[in-house]
Amino acid sequence: MNVLILANLFDRFDLTQPVGVSHYLIVGAVLFVCGALCMATKRNALGILMGIELVLNGANLNFIAFGSPYLRSDANTLGLDGQLMSLFVIVLAAAEAAVALAIALNFYNSFSTIDVDRADQLQG
Amino acid sequence: MAEFLTQYIPAWLAYSAAALVHIVLLINLIAVGALFFIWLERKVAGRIQDRLGPTRVGGKFGWLQTLADGLKLITKEDLMPEGADEFLFKIAPYVSFCASFAALMALPFSDSDMPFVAQHLNVGVFFIIAVLGLEVFGVILAGYSSASKWSLFGAMREAAQVVSYEVPLGMCAVVPVLIAGSMDLVYIGDCQAGPVWNWFIFHDPFTFLVFWVYFTCATASVNRAPFDLAEAESELVAGFHTEYSGLRWSFFFMAEYGSMLAVSLLASILFLGGWHGPIPVANWLGLTFDNRPLLGYLGNVLGCVNILAKGVIGVTVMMWVRWTLPRLRIDQVITTCLKYCVPIAAVCFLGATWWQFMWPNGLLLETPVAVYELRENWPEAPAANPPATVAANLQRGAI
Amino acid sequence: MAEAIYWPTVFFWLFAVIACAFAVAVVLCANIVRMAFYLVLSLAATAALFFLAGADFVGAMQLLIYVGGTLVLLIFGVMLTSQDRFVSMKTSREEMSIAILVGACLLAVLVWAAVSVPDWNGLGRAAAEALPLEPTAAPIGMGLLGARVDAPDRSGYLLIFEIISVHLLVVLLGAAYLARAQQKRSSAVG
Repeated sequence: MNVLILANLFDRFDLTQPVGVSHYLIVGAVLFVCGALCMATKRNALGILMGIELVLNGANLNFIAFGSPYLRSDANTLGLDGQLMSLFVIVLAAAEAAVALAIALNFYNSFSTIDVDRADQLQG
Repeated sequence: MAEFLTQYIPAWLAYSAAALVHIVLLINLIAVGALFFIWLERKVAGRIQDRLGPTRVGGKFGWLQTLADGLKLITKEDLMPEGADEFLFKIAPYVSFCASFAALMALPFSDSDMPFVAQHLNVGVFFIIAVLGLEVFGVILAGYSSASKWSLFGAMREAAQVVSYEVPLGMCAVVPVLIAGSMDLVYIGDCQAGPVWNWFIFHDPFTFLVFWVYFTCATASVNRAPFDLAEAESELVAGFHTEYSGLRWSFFFMAEYGSMLAVSLLASILFLGGWHGPIPVANWLGLTFDNRPLLGYLGNVLGCVNILAKGVIGVTVMMWVRWTLPRLRIDQVITTCLKYCVPIAAVCFLGATWWQFMWPNGLLLETPVAVYELRENWPEAPAANPPATVAANLQRGAI
Repeated sequence: MAEAIYWPTVFFWLFAVIACAFAVAVVLCANIVRMAFYLVLSLAATAALFFLAGADFVGAMQLLIYVGGTLVLLIFGVMLTSQDRFVSMKTSREEMSIAILVGACLLAVLVWAAVSVPDWNGLGRAAAEALPLEPTAAPIGMGLLGARVDAPDRSGYLLIFEIISVHLLVVLLGAAYLARAQQKRSSAVG
């Protein structure tokens, strides 16, 4: 079963066939993992914010892929629900980025540094 | 064009050839347009300031002045300041130029049977407004990577200005979309077919007001005076492009004139009838597709000349305003946006909605009835496809 | 090639590689302004992927809101907070390697899940080429107003639309309040 899946994986690079949902899911997974790594490793607060944006975009790709009539047979797709959810995610991400940036600016104004490792006043 | 060519050559070659023709035509439009507009600007500036403009190069009117300037720019030394971020410094002019060029890709230049448009998008208005807002990246990158405080100040001011004015610009652009019922620019242009009273600017008084607000916001959004503090020559040396010289600088200017032309063309399609002239000459001469394809093509060419003329008039008005009015301060710019443009645009939007609700067929003269028949056809309720249940999907392994 | 190349697949791979490569570049880069620029390119490639999946309206919205709005905001933030460009805030090598290890495991799990469902492999070429290209702007607009014209047995999105509008208003006020100019406290550093 695992051998079949591996063969399936390498079969995906066929340029004569249309792509499917799994291709979009893989791209979304890469974006998600990069975003999660960004959130985990960056010390600059704005770097963390960029990680959040990448994570949300990975999720958006998933929604769009599941809702696309060109990637799956028609009876199974989410249809416009996928695109509508993706729309709301984009709007909410913009709103959250605005608030996060306001917090980051406040932090910078108070501590003169944007390094989140310095935000340890509540520690210990 | 691509489908036409696929009859003769293989598909990939047909699409590449069609794309190449579109790109070449549009780049020519930007480049020749920039050439012409720089000359026109100097002439207009001269006349407003009671002097002649360039008169020596190329005969009495100085036609070739811009060409001479271009040659000078190409032969300049390519400098880069010492603390500059190399990669971003080099790529900034191209980002600006690409944003300006991409906006022109979705603009149609002629009629609906065979529209002269590089990419016929269903969401044309939306796409153009989105892409015009991307030009600010080139400016920010230029300002940051020049490692100079004048550049950084200029870039930040310009970014704030462009982003603030996108809001009223979007609200103003929605009013013709509301009247036409579609975001497709070809369709919006065609709704204004016929004589001059079919133009959307004369549709109702709110749209008339919205046109002037749109023009103001468009001028602000491409950083033309009186909103040009980004390049405020007397204050910031030269703003965000202080450190750019030679061909890199000329790319910024091609991007600026390209954007001016793009917003003027967009204004003329949304409000001023697009390729349909004040007098329907093409219809009277019989140059439509109902007669013969060749005559229809000639009618389209006439429409293309028409819309370009309107775009040039729009740019000339922008130049006229530049040399007449003094420059605004940054707080005055933001005040104009938030306290004047946004409320007026919002009120006019409500007014236009109310007008459209009361008199959907137009008040002055009849809007062509075809407007309301060309709406997209909703599909029938899919009675044949039973809604897929979770159990059935699990069985098929689809979830 | 026995069959002709299917061009939408080629464009998918082009934009997918751009999106993934620049996302990886965001993780690996140390200079915050370059990170922001790479993020712009990655999100623009994602918008292209949306267009390729048939979501033209959502793709245009991604360009307008995300790339043209959120990222400009981010770059403003970067400009306002990176006074000293040469302060380097790199993570240590050990932390980075642990993070990459965990990330790789997560990626393996997600990829395994993605390829394990046969229905997700894509339509056959004949079926894909037979599908008509439908614009989505008008059905989305009607759906947001409560009338689902594409699938009449599903619910509309009017309530969510209203909630989001109020949410945006609240966020606007909150962000403006949080970021208001205030007295700088004495530069006490933690």
